[in-house]
Amino acid sequence: MNTDVSNAHDEHHDADHDDHGPDKGIGRWLFSTNHKDIGTMYLIFSLTMFFIGGAMAMVIRSELAIPGLQFVHPEFFNQMTTMHALIMVFGAVMPAFVGLANWMIPLMIGAPDMALPRMNNWSFWILPVAFGILLSTLFMPGGSPAGGWTMYPPLVLQTGDAFPFLIFSVHLMGISSIMGAINIIVTVINMRAPDMSLLKMPMFVWTWLITAYLLIAVMPVLAGAVTMLLTDQFFGTSFFLAAGGGDPVMFQHIFWFFGHPEVYIMILPAFGVVSEIIPTFARKKLFGHDSMVYAASCIAFLSFIVWAHHMFTVGMPLTGQLFFMFATMLIAVPTGVKIFNWVATMWRGSMTFETPMLFSLAFVFLFTIGGFSGLMLAVAPADVQYHDTYFVVAHFHYVLVPGSVFAIMAGAYYWLPKWTGHMYNETVGKLHFWSSTIFVNLTFFPMHFLGLAGMPRRIPDYSTQFSDFNTIASIGAIGFGLSQLIFVWVILTAKQGPKATDRVWEGSHGLEWTVPSPAPYHTFETPPQARIANEAFE
Amino acid sequence: MPENKENKSLVRQLLIVAAGSFAFGVFLLPPMYDVFCEITGFGGRTNAEAATVEENPDLSREIRIEFVTTVNSYAQFEFAADTDSMTVNPGKMYYATFTAKNLSAEDKVAQAVPSVAPTTAAEHFTKIECFCFTSQEFLADEERAMPLQFIVDPDLPDYVDTITLQYTFFDTAPVAANFEN
Repeated sequence: MNTDVSNAHDEHHDADHDDHGPDKGIGRWLFSTNHKDIGTMYLIFSLTMFFIGGAMAMVIRSELAIPGLQFVHPEFFNQMTTMHALIMVFGAVMPAFVGLANWMIPLMIGAPDMALPRMNNWSFWILPVAFGILLSTLFMPGGSPAGGWTMYPPLVLQTGDAFPFLIFSVHLMGISSIMGAINIIVTVINMRAPDMSLLKMPMFVWTWLITAYLLIAVMPVLAGAVTMLLTDQFFGTSFFLAAGGGDPVMFQHIFWFFGHPEVYIMILPAFGVVSEIIPTFARKKLFGHDSMVYAASCIAFLSFIVWAHHMFTVGMPLTGQLFFMFATMLIAVPTGVKIFNWVATMWRGSMTFETPMLFSLAFVFLFTIGGFSGLMLAVAPADVQYHDTYFVVAHFHYVLVPGSVFAIMAGAYYWLPKWTGHMYNETVGKLHFWSSTIFVNLTFFPMHFLGLAGMPRRIPDYSTQFSDFNTIASIGAIGFGLSQLIFVWVILTAKQGPKATDRVWEGSHGLEWTVPSPAPYHTFETPPQARIANEAFE
Repeated sequence: MPENKENKSLVRQLLIVAAGSFAFGVFLLPPMYDVFCEITGFGGRTNAEAATVEENPDLSREIRIEFVTTVNSYAQFEFAADTDSMTVNPGKMYYATFTAKNLSAEDKVAQAVPSVAPTTAAEHFTKIECFCFTSQEFLADEERAMPLQFIVDPDLPDYVDTITLQYTFFDTAPVAANFEN
């Protein structure tokens, strides 16, 4: 390794002696303004929510394992589907990416911390409150919200005492996301290393910058939509009540104006993570870095003009159907550019298959399957058949579980040695990967067939003709759920492995690998030279 | 960490964007949606513009008008069209009546909400007079007939031979109040 870099490390160690370390006790976490501590809290919170939402998925799949009603009442089943979605979307996937951003963006751009550290503390600590409120509805008269995570009126207005709690928890999640997004934008725009131009930024930083803009553009729209639900219920307005001259279909338009960019909020950072990992283990530079940036920007722009493809069946003029159908299909072009670039990065690379790379490869392959079923759903006349069937469930789980969740897992394995200073157990990591990949396909692939055969979603019972595939899916789901316990074991034993080097991986590039492992509490108090750091790795 | 001016001004701009998109969602999208529906007939909105009775109605063309009535599950009413369907010539004025009965022992205010299908016909279907224009007050157990007066515009596209006019009858008391019953 180049001596410049080693010297840089020595300076960091010296600086650490002068500086105070973390506070002791619970105060370290409650009042933390340190991006690494807050990132850790986000990741632990997300993992907790992943297991709570996962437990709900287990209830759903147990009930669906065989035809007939066996374990739960249909009302409770509906609460489970609704809560599973809300918790996984807002509690597991989004905070996981914010956690990775908190940990890695300052390290990747050579900033000492996030730009707004106290707001950072706020945006994290709002989340446990929001989800405390949401989960408390399980114990309320009338139970949790059960009208689906999309909260369509007039059905959602029949939620019992839980209704205002649902609205306020969504408000809090929105506030948290907006603050997190503002923090990330300010950090990326104002705090990069002096010689790091925008187009020189790592892909993870780029995709997060675009995601953050999407967040501040659409989370307030969701807040507005649920506020209108609240005033319709309690303050006599009629935004969505037909009796007073409103239109419930308008809610669907406003919701999906938020909801479609939201799906890219959950996948763009995943693209970023994978774009960091594949070059490392292919030992080549990312193919077409700039085209990746433009593709991600195109996807973000297109995400605003395709929302009505979620609601082809509510009825719209023919021109509207054509527009939303073709605009949706257009998204396949920039997404295809990304897939092509990842494959081209691997082309003739010296690939090795450590756990992060395995998860990334599975991401590329399985996310593409989810993308293809998305294209099928985009065809307006065909969507009339697919709408609200298990085909839709198969589609969005393919893009979210082996898509977003696998990317998060890949990122966790990739950066874990930098966080803990020790290598995780590679054998156990690979076991986690293989069992997750086998079971995730066993769970969700049969759902394509169920949907094409006409099995509706959000139903606790089904016709006996669907029973075989449902049993297979339930076995897969239990297996996938148990596989995640292996990940917990990896995390719990993360500090027992051999010491990690600063660069951790043979092929890694970027500023985050110039700091010691584990990354000291304070890093980059003097701005680094990104160019010099990168040349050190050539 | 220095709290620098650049950060503050960028934060201010981003907060304005967030507030702007909230305002966009609440104050701009609903009126825009209304305008969109009026222009396209989307959601079955009927034409609100004044229609003229043609001096020479198109007697060669016959359009079937079907009436569909629904009572919202929270409204304690009976509500039906007096005839299921009628055959009309474009450009001529027609009358139809609907009858509603309050089934509860309390006075109620009801509102009928119309919808026309297909949407391409919606802008060519003009109501001159309709009980759906205003809310309707019903005494306890009251039953009465309510008028509808309409014209089908001769510009109606050739391929439309049937128009369905659908009414849903609502109790205007808030949903929450209904739900508690």
